[in-house]
Amino acid sequence: MSEQVRERETRRLDRVVVRFAGDSGDGMQLTGEQFTSETATFGNDLSTLPDFPAEIRAPAGTPAGVSGFQLHYSDHDILTPGDAPDVLVAMNPAALKANLKDLPPGASLIVNTDAFTGGNLKKAGYATDPLTDGTLDPYMVHRVPLTSMTINAVHAAEGTGSVNKKEAERAKNMFALGLMSWLYHRPTDGTVGFLEKKFAKRPEIAAANVAAFRAGFNYGETTESFTVTYEVAPARMKSGTYRRITGNLALSYGLVAAGELTGLPLFLGSYPITPASDILHELSKHKRFGVRTFQAEDEIAGIGAALGASFGGSLGITTTSGPGVALKSETIGLAVSLELPLVIVDIQRGGPSTGLPTKTEQSDLLQAMFGRNGEAPVPIVAPRSPGDCFDAAIEAARLATKYRTPVFLLSDGYLANGSEPWLLPRRETLPDLKVTFTTEPNHTGPKGPEFWPYLRDPETLARPWAVPGTPGLEHRIGGIEKSDGQGNISYDPANHDRMVRLRAAKIAGIANDIPPLEVEDPSGQARVLVLGWGSTYGPIAAGCRRVRAKGLHVAQAHLRHLNPFPANTGEILRSYDKVLIPEMNLGQLRTLIRAEFLVDAIGYNQVRGLPFKAAELAGVLEDVINQ
Amino acid sequence: MTVTTNHTGISNRLLDLVPAAPAQQSRKDFTSDQEVRWCPGCGDYAILATVQGFLPELGIARENIAFISGIGCSSRFPYYLQTYGMHSIHGRAPAIATGLATSRPDLSVWVVTGDGDALSIGGNHLLHALRRNVNLKILMFNNRIYGLTKGQYSPTSEVGKITKSTPFGSLDRPYNPVSLALGAEATFVGRSIDSDRAHLTSVLRAAAEHPGTAFVEIFQNCNIFNDGAFDALKDRSSRDDVTLKLAHGEPLVFGAEGDKAIRRADDGSLEVVPAGSPGVLVHDATAADPSQSFALSRLTGDTHGVTPIGIFRSVDVPTYDEALNTQISDAREKQGAGDLMSMISGGETWTID
Repeated sequence: MSEQVRERETRRLDRVVVRFAGDSGDGMQLTGEQFTSETATFGNDLSTLPDFPAEIRAPAGTPAGVSGFQLHYSDHDILTPGDAPDVLVAMNPAALKANLKDLPPGASLIVNTDAFTGGNLKKAGYATDPLTDGTLDPYMVHRVPLTSMTINAVHAAEGTGSVNKKEAERAKNMFALGLMSWLYHRPTDGTVGFLEKKFAKRPEIAAANVAAFRAGFNYGETTESFTVTYEVAPARMKSGTYRRITGNLALSYGLVAAGELTGLPLFLGSYPITPASDILHELSKHKRFGVRTFQAEDEIAGIGAALGASFGGSLGITTTSGPGVALKSETIGLAVSLELPLVIVDIQRGGPSTGLPTKTEQSDLLQAMFGRNGEAPVPIVAPRSPGDCFDAAIEAARLATKYRTPVFLLSDGYLANGSEPWLLPRRETLPDLKVTFTTEPNHTGPKGPEFWPYLRDPETLARPWAVPGTPGLEHRIGGIEKSDGQGNISYDPANHDRMVRLRAAKIAGIANDIPPLEVEDPSGQARVLVLGWGSTYGPIAAGCRRVRAKGLHVAQAHLRHLNPFPANTGEILRSYDKVLIPEMNLGQLRTLIRAEFLVDAIGYNQVRGLPFKAAELAGVLEDVINQ
Repeated sequence: MTVTTNHTGISNRLLDLVPAAPAQQSRKDFTSDQEVRWCPGCGDYAILATVQGFLPELGIARENIAFISGIGCSSRFPYYLQTYGMHSIHGRAPAIATGLATSRPDLSVWVVTGDGDALSIGGNHLLHALRRNVNLKILMFNNRIYGLTKGQYSPTSEVGKITKSTPFGSLDRPYNPVSLALGAEATFVGRSIDSDRAHLTSVLRAAAEHPGTAFVEIFQNCNIFNDGAFDALKDRSSRDDVTLKLAHGEPLVFGAEGDKAIRRADDGSLEVVPAGSPGVLVHDATAADPSQSFALSRLTGDTHGVTPIGIFRSVDVPTYDEALNTQISDAREKQGAGDLMSMISGGETWTID
């Protein structure tokens, strides 16, 4: 037996896509995260896609309760979490049923045979056992009695005497992780350290998990089931210090950084909502930065408190998802009218209404643009990758403070929970956003110096920001229309017309203060431009690479600012024969582009709750190019 | 931080964080240049005059005072005060003021609202501001009608009220705002009347002295859409017989001749009895348990022929803003001020040359 094993082949791959799938309670997210962590420290480039149901514990063993985690890693830079898994770990029949359709023929499949009981097969909706009825014939199947081997390993290990059978069984995800770590030559020290730390208060549980992890690793080593192991060399990445980061963490760090860079204390008013809550959790840790977090009674109070804090000279932030934005709309309109800085973070999810809380979508763009009464323009910034959420948050804060306006930061569920290696920024490369409050009167009236809260900066059209506590500048602001300059209540028709236009011009003028839209067209011969925004950057760029590898020409541009658009947007769009806009909605950016530039852009639209696949977009691009 | 050297002795540990006025201020210092635009005869005028007259008593710099309002007739109030102010949106003033007060302990933050603004569209925010005990002073003008939208019934209108939206009489049972506030764990609850300047000033003073959320219901006459709603409490010939002026530590006795008193009935509620009867209660606004204050709030003109005014409850417990700001200063003391770069590079990192 051991002879053969020693001669086992190690195959070098340039990239691998792995997917872990099990019950919501099986710890699949943790398993995927830990495999990713091992992979990051090994130096691969990577991209992840967690995919889980909205229910915390949907009925065990049913396809509705399946939780999955996909990781794509490589020896070169990659842009997406991968289209289809090369290997699927299925912890039970339901996980197999829910994921098998994504598995291409020839791919590897590791199944926990212990879970394939009559009851579990029935719950998963299998009439016959897929392990024996030929369903799995197209795949390289590894049948592993994962549960029983885990229990045996845990009970045989030192220091696990008080661990009962149920607790032992719960370590089976670590057995799977150990096996996968062996199969893909992942470093293991980090995981052992992680488990010891995570279960520091219950050493017997730590010992059980470590035992299961080692048993999984050793099982791979000794079994004959695996004749090949796989290696993916570290990626050649730009030099510097990296960490792995999710979009929500990067966004939180970006907000803390924005507080430092503007010199303003951060105030977050928020109400828990998937998939935005992690930002509230993260920011609540950073008290030492002077960050105040306020878990409000509802979405409206969250943004209200943030706006109140902005009135007092804080950088007011509110975090939410689409349904929360709907509730905040009136306050956003007030912020437009008050002309106070405010950052509204919308982690988009499937809609309408409650929709798909844990799935991604880009369908709040028009809500962010137009979801208010009256003419109420709000700048919109959208990050393109998890790490980019850091810079996008800083940019949103820059616009909010410089132009005294609410700003939308449109991330989504994919960016929020997905992760990638992130090259740590250096302090000196971050922009100086220092804010200066107005402290002196700005107008001379008949009775002497006065403060006019709506007397604008001629360049930015921003109004002065004088905070309570400033002597001599006492003033009142409100949602009722104000007289231009002086800021007193005014119902004058001409004044209202002027104020509406001034507010619009202020936001439109931001176009001159943002970078022009850049086009990537390596051959310079493209006649088709693919235009995207937000989290579709990765799949679109990956699709473009595939098309170019076939000798076709395509240009790619990606919008970071959606309101206003960069000044050169129209010129770029008009210089191509065709413009394709892929979006995870039914054509919201396309609607804006057509309205603004009269460019007859072509849409490609999917709202499946999952990011685009590179192959899918490559196919669409080819069709458009060849039409 | 500058410590208040006020002129009147109004003080509490939070008010002491607000910079003092450099010199004695007068009512004129708090009067803005804006023309007051309430209907002639509106009770709001009297309240405005009382507040403008009272604010100098605080002895704090006027630039460190902020008035936040919602929507409704009462919510125009900030425009007429020479302080910082925000006229916001319907019902949201307590939420907005919470953010301001929590982030700026050096400010004295006041909310002006009405029965529709605070109890109907903004009911949720009011409840939560009260339970959190944020350092806010909430002045709720109760005229038992919607004035600015021209006369619909409000959540404090009596059942059967004929209004524009209820030509056959209103069906809703009204709230009792003081009961509501006490039920929401408010730490300070008071009630006064627009036309009684001396009493209103005394309640405002007590509210200002209270560290935490102070809720003050002010009976306010809308002479256009609900004229005379509080006449019984204002009429010189009747008012003493139907008004119970609450005084902490004093027996609950009222009436023009001091001939009526309050005691606990067998079922636990309160009842009006002749003065001198056994068991007359003594008012204790500072009791930790709000039960007796709540029982007092259930006394109304309709049910008992008497309406209590004054301070129902005033208990000193930690405020939300103090607690939050203490968490921040504690974190800084224990962990040191935050360092952006070490935060970002926390967790597992790796370096590529």
